[in-house]
Amino acid sequence: MKKRLMALVFPALLSACGAPEDTAPPAPSPFHAREVSARHGEGFEMTDRQGRTRTLADWRGKVVLVFFGYTHCPDACPSALYRFSEVMERLGEEAAQVRVLFITLDPARDTPEILHNYATAFNPAFIGLYVSPERTPEMARAFHVFYRIAPGQTPDRYSVDHGVSVYAYDRSGRLRLEIPHTATADEVTDDVRRLIAEAEDREQKTED
Amino acid sequence: MRVFCFFLTFFCCFSAAQAETPLVRATDAWVRATVPGQSATGAFMTLYSDAPMKLVEVRSPLAAVTEIHEMRVDENGVMRMRAISQLDLPAQKATPLKPGGRHIMLQALKKEARAGERTTLTLVLEDAEGHRHEIAADAEIRPLNAPH
Repeated sequence: MKKRLMALVFPALLSACGAPEDTAPPAPSPFHAREVSARHGEGFEMTDRQGRTRTLADWRGKVVLVFFGYTHCPDACPSALYRFSEVMERLGEEAAQVRVLFITLDPARDTPEILHNYATAFNPAFIGLYVSPERTPEMARAFHVFYRIAPGQTPDRYSVDHGVSVYAYDRSGRLRLEIPHTATADEVTDDVRRLIAEAEDREQKTED
Repeated sequence: MRVFCFFLTFFCCFSAAQAETPLVRATDAWVRATVPGQSATGAFMTLYSDAPMKLVEVRSPLAAVTEIHEMRVDENGVMRMRAISQLDLPAQKATPLKPGGRHIMLQALKKEARAGERTTLTLVLEDAEGHRHEIAADAEIRPLNAPH
């Protein structure tokens, strides 16, 4: 019992002692989501419903929200896309400054056409994107998104385990936020508004 | 002897049919609509059983294959979905099948699930004695972008 008590007390003491030595805490983030700064997926070529080659650069000047999933997913994917359709509604006119991309992790069963039908069912402005089965692992590495085929009872009944975070790119094309699946529509709307405003500030500065 | 066996068989069948069907209710059943080309979707509902039961199978006229699935998102934000062979229904307690948890996976869809239409799901339940019971759940097909 004593041992267990010590085990409990020691880490507490250590952290208490460590605290004053810590440097000043970093400035609190103005965002709800986790801030990152990267160029993941930049230049990676994907295909839209019309068969056009698309890269993130096509939406430079917009805030771009990137979501990975598959249409065989009955639960997490529609819930997330629904939440982002709510965000677009809350944004009102500002939604014109935002693009939502839904990129498949299941190219064997999804097609550009199905992806388009699926994404636009949530919001007419959502964009479904396809990458060939051969290049999908490369795409996932480029975007730093985790996925894994989980075999089912028959070869065609597999599911796809995948990361459910949504990635927000600012208007200059930099990856800025990793939005967790637990974020509410209000929180995401806040964060997206901030990215829109921030980009405008930057544009004004350039004009000056 | 043969006659006796016949009567015995008859009696057993008769008593099995007479076995009281435990009350299982499926409420708020719904299926998520699909878009053309989409080959799978989910069905959701709340189950309530008077006695301990197991949901062992679901049949749907929409799908060639159905599975009971459990979905969870782990601490790394990775969604995992797995088929489970049966779902325990504790007595007198609501068991929800809802987005973010468990659902009935409808696969190899035979036709599009159209929002606004209705469909019947057949639930196969097994009681503590291993007897099987079937109940029908009338489900609404809600839009693909239905919230929950």
